[in-house]
Amino acid sequence: MNVAFYLAAAVAVASTAMVITRLNAVHALLYLIVSLLSVALVFFTLGAPFVAALEVIIYAGAIMVLFVFVMMMLNLGPQTTEQERQWLSPKAWSGPTILVAVLLAELVYVLAQEGGQLTSAGSVSPKEVGIALFGPYLLGVELASMVLLAGLVGAYHLGRRDGPEEQRKGGR
Amino acid sequence: MASVPMEHGLMLAGILFALGLVGVLVRRNVIFVLLAIEIMLNAAGLAFVVAGSRWEQPDGQVMFMFVLTMAAAEVSVGLALVLQLYHHFRTLDVDAASKMRG
Repeated sequence: MNVAFYLAAAVAVASTAMVITRLNAVHALLYLIVSLLSVALVFFTLGAPFVAALEVIIYAGAIMVLFVFVMMMLNLGPQTTEQERQWLSPKAWSGPTILVAVLLAELVYVLAQEGGQLTSAGSVSPKEVGIALFGPYLLGVELASMVLLAGLVGAYHLGRRDGPEEQRKGGR
Repeated sequence: MASVPMEHGLMLAGILFALGLVGVLVRRNVIFVLLAIEIMLNAAGLAFVVAGSRWEQPDGQVMFMFVLTMAAAEVSVGLALVLQLYHHFRTLDVDAASKMRG
């Protein structure tokens, strides 16, 4: 598992360095997804399988999809198809593909080495996390739900096309 | 897992956080600034998980879930602000927001 940790860490650092140096936002997003996947593998090798799954599902899934949606909304125009043609070039997807291939090989290696036993000996199981989450941290869970509600209301308020300013001006 | 020393995990978290900080300081495109903030939050969560796995306690993972919740709320509000910024100024330059009034 030691080799897996260092390989995933190297992939994470490399892809994160690529994120902050890309000129194209979509390329940076691809590299950030690779970075998050490799950090998920780091979590897995550290014995935190539940958080590794959450990292893939919520970070690399939900939050990155939000970014993709916003970039889609910002890129409306006649130049979009030309951009699409540029983005489908091998130069765009070869780098993330190579890094993800490293991660995939590493995942296969870890699974083969463990012989089907997914969690290592010193790991913290999802059951313990759940007991801690809804035991001593119950107040934190409630506060997190408040934060999510505030984020929902704030995003709805800010995301409206007609702000209250324009509504007053337009007399609607 | 005890075979990976805690210092190396914390070093990885520090490197990722420093890369995110460099991204925030260097880039002026607001989308890249948000991506770099995500990197920094992720690195902070990684530090929590490393510490939690060092003592084999679930608290680190619980804290990571709170960081995750906060990141989700932050990015939804931040992206709504990006849309408003683009709607008003037709640019993604963060310096354009310095011309805002009221």
